[in-house]
Amino acid sequence: MSRVHVTLSVNGEPREMLCEAHQSLLDALRDELGMTGTKEGCATGDCGACSVLADGRLVCSCLMLGVEAEGMDITTIEGIAQGSELHVVQRKFLEAAALQCGICTPGFIVAAKALLDQNPNPDETTIRYWLAGNLCRCTGYDKIVRAVQDAAQELAYEA
Amino acid sequence: MAKVVFPDHLLQQTGGTKETTVEATNFRGVLRALEKLWPGIEETLQKTAVAIDGQIYQDAWLEPVRPDSEIYFMQRIEGG
Amino acid sequence: MAEAHDYKAIGTRPVRPDGVDKVTGRANFGADLNLPNMLHGKMLRSPHAHARIKRVDVSQALAMDGVYAACAGGDFPTNERTTDLAKNCMARDKALYHGHAVAAVAARTPYIAERALDLIEVEYEPLAPVLDVDEAMADGAILVNENLHTNGDASKPASNVAAIVKFERGDVEQGFAEADVVVEVDCRVPTAHQGYIEPHACTATINEEGEATVWCCTQGHFDVRSLTANVLGKSVGEIKVIPSEIGGGFGGKTIIYLEPIAVKLSEMSGRPVKMVMTREEVFRATGPTSATHCRAKVGAKRDGKITAASAWLAYEAGAFAGAPVGPGCMSILAPYDLEHFSIEGHDVLVNKPKVAAYRAPGAPQAMHAMESAIDDLARELGMDPIDLRLKNSADEGTQAPYGPVFPAIGFRKCLEATKAHPNYTKPKAEGTGRGVAAGFWFNIGMQSSAEARLSEDGTVTVVEGNPDIGGSRASMCLMAAETLGVPYDRVRTHVGDTESTGFCNVTGGSRTTFATGLAVVQACEDIIAQCKQRAAATWDIDVEQVDWADGQAIPKPGVNVDANPLSLRDIAKNAGRTGGPILGRASVNAQGAGASFSVNFADVKVDRETGKIDVLSFTGIQDAGTAIHPAYVEGQMQGGAVQGLGWALNEEYIYDENGVMENAGFLDYRVPVASDMPMIDTQIIEVPNPSHPYGVRGVGETPIVAPLAATSNAARDALGFRIADLPLSPPRVLEAIDNQADA
Repeated sequence: MSRVHVTLSVNGEPREMLCEAHQSLLDALRDELGMTGTKEGCATGDCGACSVLADGRLVCSCLMLGVEAEGMDITTIEGIAQGSELHVVQRKFLEAAALQCGICTPGFIVAAKALLDQNPNPDETTIRYWLAGNLCRCTGYDKIVRAVQDAAQELAYEA
Repeated sequence: MAKVVFPDHLLQQTGGTKETTVEATNFRGVLRALEKLWPGIEETLQKTAVAIDGQIYQDAWLEPVRPDSEIYFMQRIEGG
Repeated sequence: MAEAHDYKAIGTRPVRPDGVDKVTGRANFGADLNLPNMLHGKMLRSPHAHARIKRVDVSQALAMDGVYAACAGGDFPTNERTTDLAKNCMARDKALYHGHAVAAVAARTPYIAERALDLIEVEYEPLAPVLDVDEAMADGAILVNENLHTNGDASKPASNVAAIVKFERGDVEQGFAEADVVVEVDCRVPTAHQGYIEPHACTATINEEGEATVWCCTQGHFDVRSLTANVLGKSVGEIKVIPSEIGGGFGGKTIIYLEPIAVKLSEMSGRPVKMVMTREEVFRATGPTSATHCRAKVGAKRDGKITAASAWLAYEAGAFAGAPVGPGCMSILAPYDLEHFSIEGHDVLVNKPKVAAYRAPGAPQAMHAMESAIDDLARELGMDPIDLRLKNSADEGTQAPYGPVFPAIGFRKCLEATKAHPNYTKPKAEGTGRGVAAGFWFNIGMQSSAEARLSEDGTVTVVEGNPDIGGSRASMCLMAAETLGVPYDRVRTHVGDTESTGFCNVTGGSRTTFATGLAVVQACEDIIAQCKQRAAATWDIDVEQVDWADGQAIPKPGVNVDANPLSLRDIAKNAGRTGGPILGRASVNAQGAGASFSVNFADVKVDRETGKIDVLSFTGIQDAGTAIHPAYVEGQMQGGAVQGLGWALNEEYIYDENGVMENAGFLDYRVPVASDMPMIDTQIIEVPNPSHPYGVRGVGETPIVAPLAATSNAARDALGFRIADLPLSPPRVLEAIDNQADA
């Protein structure tokens, strides 16, 4: 089967990949670029473990085709920290024990960063509805929501 | 003599005996004594858990048994 | 016995050692490994819930370009000793549930493998399925297994009832006759899934000498090794299992599905084979927990003293025997001190996937029934539900319903803490309901090994064999640091594979922090003993004259020697000069896992227009023995609560009349999302377990036990009548409201 040449930017770096036409962006990231930080929990857009930013917009990478990423700027979990410095959301997840098994964590962190990028001061309800597309089966969400609240508070303090 | 108590679903193997006493110094000895009373029962009991004086064991051959010990056979517990 | 201590490390909340890798995407989970030349395996699954397999022909699939191997039941050893587990991994003569594996292929890409499945020919003789526990127990029921006899008694006709278990004490009829009030609850709880977010995944490779290596996400790689060996007819020594990080399990990853198939396909193709389940496969073919039908009856005097209780439990096992009905029977009355009771449980085969352990296996369904009845009893008596439980509560010295006498337990403390809790003393809001329930789980001990290796700069590497499913590396580090008297960040914990660490039973049964923790503590004590010897040799005194305190060897008071204390770092630096590397080790079969009790209460609001129940607040109070890392103990309590709330409110397998699950995806099998839930308040009670050096009780499972009944009881309070069955999903609640209005 012929494969499609795709040129895109991943975490600010220009990348090329050969995708099969039916291949999801999730599979292309994991299998063609070897970036396995983005996880698959369902492949039907229900669990959010595969969350990435496509041109700044939060999407489930399992619901996008790799070929649709042509020319796009994709941000994955591997691009959230700046060099050796963790993003505040990552730091707060660690400090608040907001992960147990950790499989949903990349998706939650990408989603939470996207929220704080557009709304630096969300209330609890806003956080809960924004993160409603990400399933966590371990934590009961309590510590995840608190970690995002803590991150927002620190960002507000720094601003 | 240590007291041994069986759960109701094991009574078909003990001919209806729910409670008995045995002479033994450890749990392996208890199993041997019971096997003498009801040949074949040891194999079944190896698959159960046991409580000796309130403490639950899954595999406890060497656990000491005192003359006044109370031994309850029970279901093995799996965990999630 | 452990008393309240001024611990230095234990009880603190440091960042877990594997944390950074898990927030940056570096951590490798089951599906994250790729090997050169690797193939992708896919499973063909039965379209029938019950069918004889007359013939399987993989030849056309094998002929397809890009396909390198294919196998079916006939490729695996089959004889009278073949285990149910082996037959569950790959069907032999019968497919026993919709989704049962019947063949597999390995191909260059997952896409080719999927298309190759269409070319496998299977000739089925469809049989009528039996799909419900009551139907399966009825006379003349269709038999899932024609050779199965209840409790192995071949003198009786074959049956779907694999086992009946009974626990009785006193004279239950007399007890009920003495009661002033008797209440009864009859309830059904449908099949629910553990719902771990990571699907099962493995990669396997085998060399020409038959030595296999398996990478997989599992709760116990030593069990994967022995179970895979069993299915393949290999020796344990021929298989090495390397655990990846694990994306949730809750009991569902204590067994195997893919691993022997991947090894077989690798053997056939001569290449590594990776297999990853889809979410749909996870729902259709991996262990959910039992659907149940339970009856609970309880009678009491006017003053609240319970005179008798009885329970009848029937649990679906799925296609093979082994429902967790025994633990259900043993849990159901554990919180209470009773003179007369009888409990009877049934392990029943149906044409559904074989159930697997799910967090406190069997207890939530059973205690949902009894704790609902206890709640109704409190209402009938006009008593506060906590007061009723306090009047009848088990305590140290109470004989548990399953036989033994409880040592120190924390149930009364949990009840007293509930009564005093601000969420409980606060009046409930207008139009809302409040429900209380008790929870219990045994916890298990079992076998663990650990090594503690002293590095040349005095840092310590702990190696143990329990996959870290929720922060256990941090707990091991804390216990090691406490024992050695060094800071937390001087210790790292590594989860070793089957060849690099000693045997450990699964991460499950709430045993890891308790049993493997015990091994880690003993391994560190071994290091201390060796360090004292090295110090004694250095100072030229007797080892009996050396103490260990605050991470250093010091001469005992009064020992006349000109010596400065030797720290772990000093001793490590000179280890070569004093005898070589220092390696502590321990192996245990841990006994005395302490029972953990809980009390949960919820405030809910019912929307009478839609039938939707909102949980306004939820409080979990639980005895943890000693909380090693309190944040992760709270996390277990919160996560278990929300799993229980999902079970209570929405989660259920919906089957059509042919035994096909109609909601095999997260869109329609609805687990709780963040916007469904409030914050989950927790209070950790600490009644130290006398059998652990730091007083640890397992805490992971008890949290899921009480939420089912707590939610049901809260809904009962809000609605004014009880809906006995679960889940309390909008359609069921709305129908009940309509029926109530009609009545």
